[in-house]
Amino acid sequence: MAIGWYLAVSALVFCLGAGGVLIRRSPLVVLLCLELMLNAGNLALVAFSRGHGSPDGQIFALIVMVVAACEVVVGLGLIVAIHRRRLPVDVDELSELRG
Amino acid sequence: MAEVLFFIAGVGAIAGAMGVIASRNAFYSVLSLVFHLLSLAALFLLLRAQFVAAAQVVVYAGAVMVLYVFVVAYVGGEGQSLTPVGAGLVPLAAVFAGALAAELLIALLGSGLQVVGSSGAAYARTFGTPAQIGELFLTKFLLAFEVASYLLLVAAVGAVILARRRRGLPEEPREPPRHVASPRLALVGTMAETVHALPSSERARTHQGGW
Repeated sequence: MAIGWYLAVSALVFCLGAGGVLIRRSPLVVLLCLELMLNAGNLALVAFSRGHGSPDGQIFALIVMVVAACEVVVGLGLIVAIHRRRLPVDVDELSELRG
Repeated sequence: MAEVLFFIAGVGAIAGAMGVIASRNAFYSVLSLVFHLLSLAALFLLLRAQFVAAAQVVVYAGAVMVLYVFVVAYVGGEGQSLTPVGAGLVPLAAVFAGALAAELLIALLGSGLQVVGSSGAAYARTFGTPAQIGELFLTKFLLAFEVASYLLLVAAVGAVILARRRRGLPEEPREPPRHVASPRLALVGTMAETVHALPSSERARTHQGGW
């Protein structure tokens, strides 16, 4: 299998994630779509790592997974805090910081 | 064989991604993402990244997704409409995503990188094994490893502070545990009653209700 096919799958998944961030309103699903985009990046990193025969790209992918886990934890904490304050869990209605 | 596995895993990854953005219920979105992550782990295995694939299954599809399921169960995920208030923006978003896909695929087809057309460089037997990844983390990428551990600590503390109960907010209505109300022997108690965690009226009522 040529590396290009893996990169094509990665590009499609990234675009699906980007479209999901734009379309969905629930912050939970927006976080899930961010995960999709990060995983698409991971797939590209691992594919290039295989293409060059060097494991550095896999290290990069693991660090991306750590950062994604941190992002998920903080994001879910924010969603729980929003829910506690009885605010609507909806990205369109949480617009108090609009300039 | 590798082509067949790639096709199955690739279609699974794209279908899982579509399920994430198309499900009406956030719970099904999370389950689609688990499917997507497992397909991606299969792709990682095809790329000879054993340790990354294992970490993907254990950490991502296991731990992180359990966190998501808990929060979806807490917040309540169903009944959210797919179309925003300004519904005219949905086609625009789809057009934007399609344009991004076309741009990326054109860049892929037109790139002069030799890697894209090759099926991978020659690799050693130890390529991608936990031993090699661990050695790299402790020698060449030691700084990144330590910074990642600090980042995890900061994120854990931040999440606890964000999600804690604050003073000044209206208390959530607290339902007494249902099993307490059931009739039972007067000498039998629960741990919550022992440490006086239940209101006294509640205790009195349950004691009167004994046989």
